[in-house]
Amino acid sequence: MSGTVTAPARRVAPIGEALLALLGIAAVILAAWAVPWLKFILTVALAKGIAVLGILLLLRAGQVSFGHSMFLAIGAYTVAFLAPALPEALLLLPLGAAIAGLFGLVIGLFVVRYRDIFFGMLNLALSMVLYSLLEKLYSLTKGTDGIRVSGLRFAGITPDLATQEWVMFGLALGLAILFGLLVRAYLGSPMGRALAGIKTRETRLEFMGVSARRVLLAAYVLSAVMGGVAGTLVAMTSRHVTPQLAYWTSSGELVFIAVLGGAGSALGPFLGAAAFELVRVYAAAAVADAWQMILGAVLLLVILFAPGGLWGMLAGRLGRRP
Amino acid sequence: MSGPLLSARGLRLAFGGVKAADGIDLDVMPGEFLAIIGPNGAGKTTFINMTTGYLKPQGGSIAYDGEPILGLAPRAIVRRGIGRSFQLPQLFAEHTVLENAALAIAARSGLWSPLTPLLRPAWRAEAMAVLERFGLAPLAEARADALNEGARKLADIAMAVALQPRLILMDEPTSGVAAAEKMSVVETLVRVLREAKVTAVFVEHDMEVVERFADRVAVWNQGRIAALGPPQQVLNDPAVLRDVIGIEPAHHA
Amino acid sequence: MGAWFSENGLLIGLALLDGLANAALIFMVAVGLNLVFGVLRIVNVAHGSLFAIGAYAAASLGLFLASLGLPPAFGFAALVVAAALVGGLLGPLIERLVLRRIYGQEEVLQLLVTFALFMILEDVQKLVWGVQPILQDAPMKLLGTVEVPFGEDTIPFTAYQLFLLPGVALATLVGLAWFLRRTLTGRVIVAVTTDKEAAMAMGIDAAKVTLLTFTFGAALAALGGALASPTTSLVPGIGAQTIVLSFAVVATAGLGQIEGAAISALMIGLGRSIAVYLAPEFEVVVPYLIMVAVLLVRPQGLFGVLETRRV
Repeated sequence: MSGTVTAPARRVAPIGEALLALLGIAAVILAAWAVPWLKFILTVALAKGIAVLGILLLLRAGQVSFGHSMFLAIGAYTVAFLAPALPEALLLLPLGAAIAGLFGLVIGLFVVRYRDIFFGMLNLALSMVLYSLLEKLYSLTKGTDGIRVSGLRFAGITPDLATQEWVMFGLALGLAILFGLLVRAYLGSPMGRALAGIKTRETRLEFMGVSARRVLLAAYVLSAVMGGVAGTLVAMTSRHVTPQLAYWTSSGELVFIAVLGGAGSALGPFLGAAAFELVRVYAAAAVADAWQMILGAVLLLVILFAPGGLWGMLAGRLGRRP
Repeated sequence: MSGPLLSARGLRLAFGGVKAADGIDLDVMPGEFLAIIGPNGAGKTTFINMTTGYLKPQGGSIAYDGEPILGLAPRAIVRRGIGRSFQLPQLFAEHTVLENAALAIAARSGLWSPLTPLLRPAWRAEAMAVLERFGLAPLAEARADALNEGARKLADIAMAVALQPRLILMDEPTSGVAAAEKMSVVETLVRVLREAKVTAVFVEHDMEVVERFADRVAVWNQGRIAALGPPQQVLNDPAVLRDVIGIEPAHHA
Repeated sequence: MGAWFSENGLLIGLALLDGLANAALIFMVAVGLNLVFGVLRIVNVAHGSLFAIGAYAAASLGLFLASLGLPPAFGFAALVVAAALVGGLLGPLIERLVLRRIYGQEEVLQLLVTFALFMILEDVQKLVWGVQPILQDAPMKLLGTVEVPFGEDTIPFTAYQLFLLPGVALATLVGLAWFLRRTLTGRVIVAVTTDKEAAMAMGIDAAKVTLLTFTFGAALAALGGALASPTTSLVPGIGAQTIVLSFAVVATAGLGQIEGAAISALMIGLGRSIAVYLAPEFEVVVPYLIMVAVLLVRPQGLFGVLETRRV
């Protein structure tokens, strides 16, 4: 049985998955310690991985959101807007997540009525509304110049720059682990299994007394929250937010990462995000004007020749047939 | 326990010029097995679709347990205790048979737990118990899209039964089941439903099944009920045999 | 009231004319997207890149011809030739090499494959034409301006935007409708759109139809770009802008609707240009608000048909 983007082909024993996760965590910490300039890239990769976990949830329902980076932007701009008045990072983080979740609920109530192309396009349209507002309402957002984020405090302390980088890295890693475990549990729970049922047999859910829309809405809100968390982390790490965060191509990148990493495991998004950011950095260094082309080619190759993504390739080596 | 469990009055629905329901009056009594027979296109499935809220009739009323259910969404009707199975089994193709059954149990008793596994010990045991009753236990770990038609059919009904309905509507439960195993499948089915004290309405084409297992038979023809009564009586009515079932009485005898 | 009108009435008149020209261009792109979706069942994210490359190619060719000392009228030939070249070369290349491998696969995959194409074509465009703005407005200048009577006043407007753009769009609409309904090839395309299996069973070469349709759709996008090129400076990112705008048009109209796309392109084009004069901050938002509002009321789009699920 061949694997597809939205359904894993093989299952890896939980113990194997746990070992891989531990190995990955160790590797990430080691890399950040040994190669200091990688720390920033890995922090962003971990943050994006959290957002991609949200994409993965929706992919399990067979739905693809081509506008999900709007929640990332909401989280990021929450930090940018509030930081001058409230510089405490440990408060801004949950605030960004909560506000993104609130938007997720309102937008979700609308978009979960649609499926497939229409679901994707509505998300895209709404993210473009946000993008345009961020770009045009210059007095509030400084338009495409974006807003600098500075003077963050962590539990009341203002660390020096080097320490702050480590703190952000640690925060991102901790949250990545937390949300990775959360999504893993969610996908195995009745909610998660019903979510996967939307893809194959939505009407049956209704005839079991279950509202498919509510099942999708719950996942949508959760994915919005994770997008918000990712956004706050990106804003605090790069200390600069621009409307580009909400542009549809940024959403496309998130879906790209989801497929690159593979939807078979909660580890996939992080594998994908790390690979994506590294390819981007190296491609940009090697051929400044063609990094996007290289990423596009990688994506094409992955889809055409390894539809299970990086996780699928790993699982194929380590896994047993279900 | 005196009144009917399900009571339809004057149901009317036309698709373009075709009358799928042309004044259907039907009472289903608690505990009975009512078979619906009739030619294709007579409106049998339409009746099930209207009762379960999937189609809205243009006129008439349906009461369940004395209360009107017309206009309710399918899931609200299911929650009141009306289950259904499908002519084309509606399984979650990428889930295992066990997960399919467990999802039905979850739907009944608590879907909204986002952190505990679907296959928690209690639900796994209950799902296995349901599958065992249907003889599906050996297939529990198989993916639903890997089953043969007979097993898919049973799994489909098992999901409806796992919801613990008081009334179940089954659309051709034996179509697609291999002839050799048909009777044993129906026997299993009837035993499970009797044990669980479920009232059943089922659309059926096999007259032997109807004769052996139905308490009453309703004969559908062009959106109307042409005859209603015990199998021995209805199935020996020459007019029914000729006009509806399409066989000459002599052949049947 | 009179004073307000003489001050703002002209602006509104200008907005209407602008909107019409705008709508004509979006329609050209959206109708190609729709046609391709109808036959291939793929929403081509890279469709906007074909628009952009068509625009750049037309501008380059026009500038090249002008540098040879040819009269400015050759600029019009440049528009058509560039569109045909881009559609005729890139269309078959993309369909044969990439899209052919993913027919019938998961929607997510198809979307992402065209997204990958988009990323590649964006950089191709930057590598070939750079990031400096390019303007070749000779065709628009050549046709001059027309004084459009509006109330007691007149509004000066370029004949290119007033006549040529809407004219080409209208011709495309009428021609396409005629082609699909009255010619054999057109009816074959419609047959494949409606029921691919049945069409193939009747001996229709679906592979050929797909290739033809995609190439044609690509050429329409490129022509849209070529026609747009004299009206604006070309900068990186116009492909990305165009594709989301045509998504909005297509979703508002309903997938696969050709006349519907014309109407929703008009709605969105006019809505946008009116917003430019009334509330410029919200100009870019208007298309999406229109789309969202329409889908709230009609989930399948203005002219789309609901597909019912069988139980």
